[in-house]
Amino acid sequence: MERSSFATRSVQIAFLAIMGGAWYFATQSGSISALFLPKPANVYATLERLMQTASFWSAVTVTITTILKAFAIAIVAGLVVGYAVTRSKLATQVIEPVIAGLFTVPITLFFPMFILFFGIGTGSKVAYGATYAFFPIALNTIAAFANMEERYLRAARSMGAGRFDTFRHVLLPGTLPVLITGMRIGFFICFASVLGGETISSVAGIGRNIALAAELMESARMYAWIVFVIFTSVTLNLLVYSLENHIRSR
Amino acid sequence: MSDTVISIKNITQRYGAADQPDAVLALDDVSLDIKKGEFVCLLGPSGCGKSTLLNIVGGLFKPTSGTCTVNGRLVDGEPHPDKIAFVFQESTLFPWYTVIENFRIALKFQGIPEAEWDDRAMRALKAVGMASFARHYPEQLSVGMRQRVNMARGICVDTEILLMDEPFAALDEQTRMVLGEDLSQLLAATGKTIVFVTHSLAEAVFLSDRIVVMTARPGRIKTIIHVNEPHPRSPDFMLEPRFSELRNECYALLRDEIRATMAAQRDPQPQIAGV
Repeated sequence: MERSSFATRSVQIAFLAIMGGAWYFATQSGSISALFLPKPANVYATLERLMQTASFWSAVTVTITTILKAFAIAIVAGLVVGYAVTRSKLATQVIEPVIAGLFTVPITLFFPMFILFFGIGTGSKVAYGATYAFFPIALNTIAAFANMEERYLRAARSMGAGRFDTFRHVLLPGTLPVLITGMRIGFFICFASVLGGETISSVAGIGRNIALAAELMESARMYAWIVFVIFTSVTLNLLVYSLENHIRSR
Repeated sequence: MSDTVISIKNITQRYGAADQPDAVLALDDVSLDIKKGEFVCLLGPSGCGKSTLLNIVGGLFKPTSGTCTVNGRLVDGEPHPDKIAFVFQESTLFPWYTVIENFRIALKFQGIPEAEWDDRAMRALKAVGMASFARHYPEQLSVGMRQRVNMARGICVDTEILLMDEPFAALDEQTRMVLGEDLSQLLAATGKTIVFVTHSLAEAVFLSDRIVVMTARPGRIKTIIHVNEPHPRSPDFMLEPRFSELRNECYALLRDEIRATMAAQRDPQPQIAGV
């Protein structure tokens, strides 16, 4: 276990090093235009400068707030809908394929409608991110509750457990691992769709700044933002995974 | 008559509406009285409705018709956790709780005051020799250890009736015998009334005061065999000629029923010759 996790980490770090090295050497020779791919050193310097400005942090705040709002809505809607659907076997059989089917439709296609309904401000991005993240959360919630082992519920009932006690001590802990998986997937979909939405059409946020830098052909600035997003996403991923493992091992 | 604890009267259980072709008659007019402190085994081929009967007695199912009373109180599809505890297979221990937490939750569900939880749990665990595993998770224990714990969980709620639904089915023969001895000792020590569902002939003879042999579906009571041997029973009982005789008697009674069950699971015989 110890050994394999060490090996996994080494491979991951080596992969990052190779990517970084490739970037460095590709730009070193001068055969690639700095417009397409600026030097890592330039990008780093730009990022450092950016991070000292107030506008950088206000953009980050806008994006984070948008993601959190969208995610909160998706969690509540996904859990409630998922749980409600599984209260009936028939509803599960009818509705689960519908939700799974809708999830395969690229919701990006409807992004203009979101702008139309919710405006160009953060509202449209909240709605878009929440809609996208709703699906994996609802689907995992349905899977969790529909696949709950009958024998645990029967045992609880035979011990005289009431509805609330059964939910609190049997249903919830029994389904938690799958619920958490749904929320993790939902979170990253939310993260990606909010940033994507901001890039397509918005007035503020990280995505807006990336799109703006690209339009102005300020490649170093654009890459600085992208590096920041990648770094944030990787950090969040590690954080969420360790949180998930922590809850699972409880 | 006064010491009858469980009284089953004309219980019929049908799954699906009577006029539907896929309706299944699981139990057909079953009546049985069980006395206080008695150990009764329900023995029969798979699908004969013995677990269904147990679930009806425990209030987990409501029968299609007929009644079941426990201490004169009608059980009508509602569990009575103050009177009746279930022991299912070992896999019903909640895997997200440790052994001791599994006990606490059982006692909580049953409405026992919190101050008594740990004391009762530890007493029950000690009784089956599992006290040192209180902080383990079920998956950290062997199947046999888990079933010891599971039995203790059923005991700790301290009901006068214990309903056991094939509790040893997942265990190997040797573990099964040892747990059977434990159970016989428990019965002698506590005077509980136990109804036990099993497939195993030896288990039925070794543990029971009365063996209720059931027919293939629809389940009816075929015969009741009395085993006159006081509890606690020692493994020596299994070596006595009487043990083998009783076991053979059960087998002779069951053989036709098992064949009937198997026949029902095969292709139907062609109705017209030459087709």
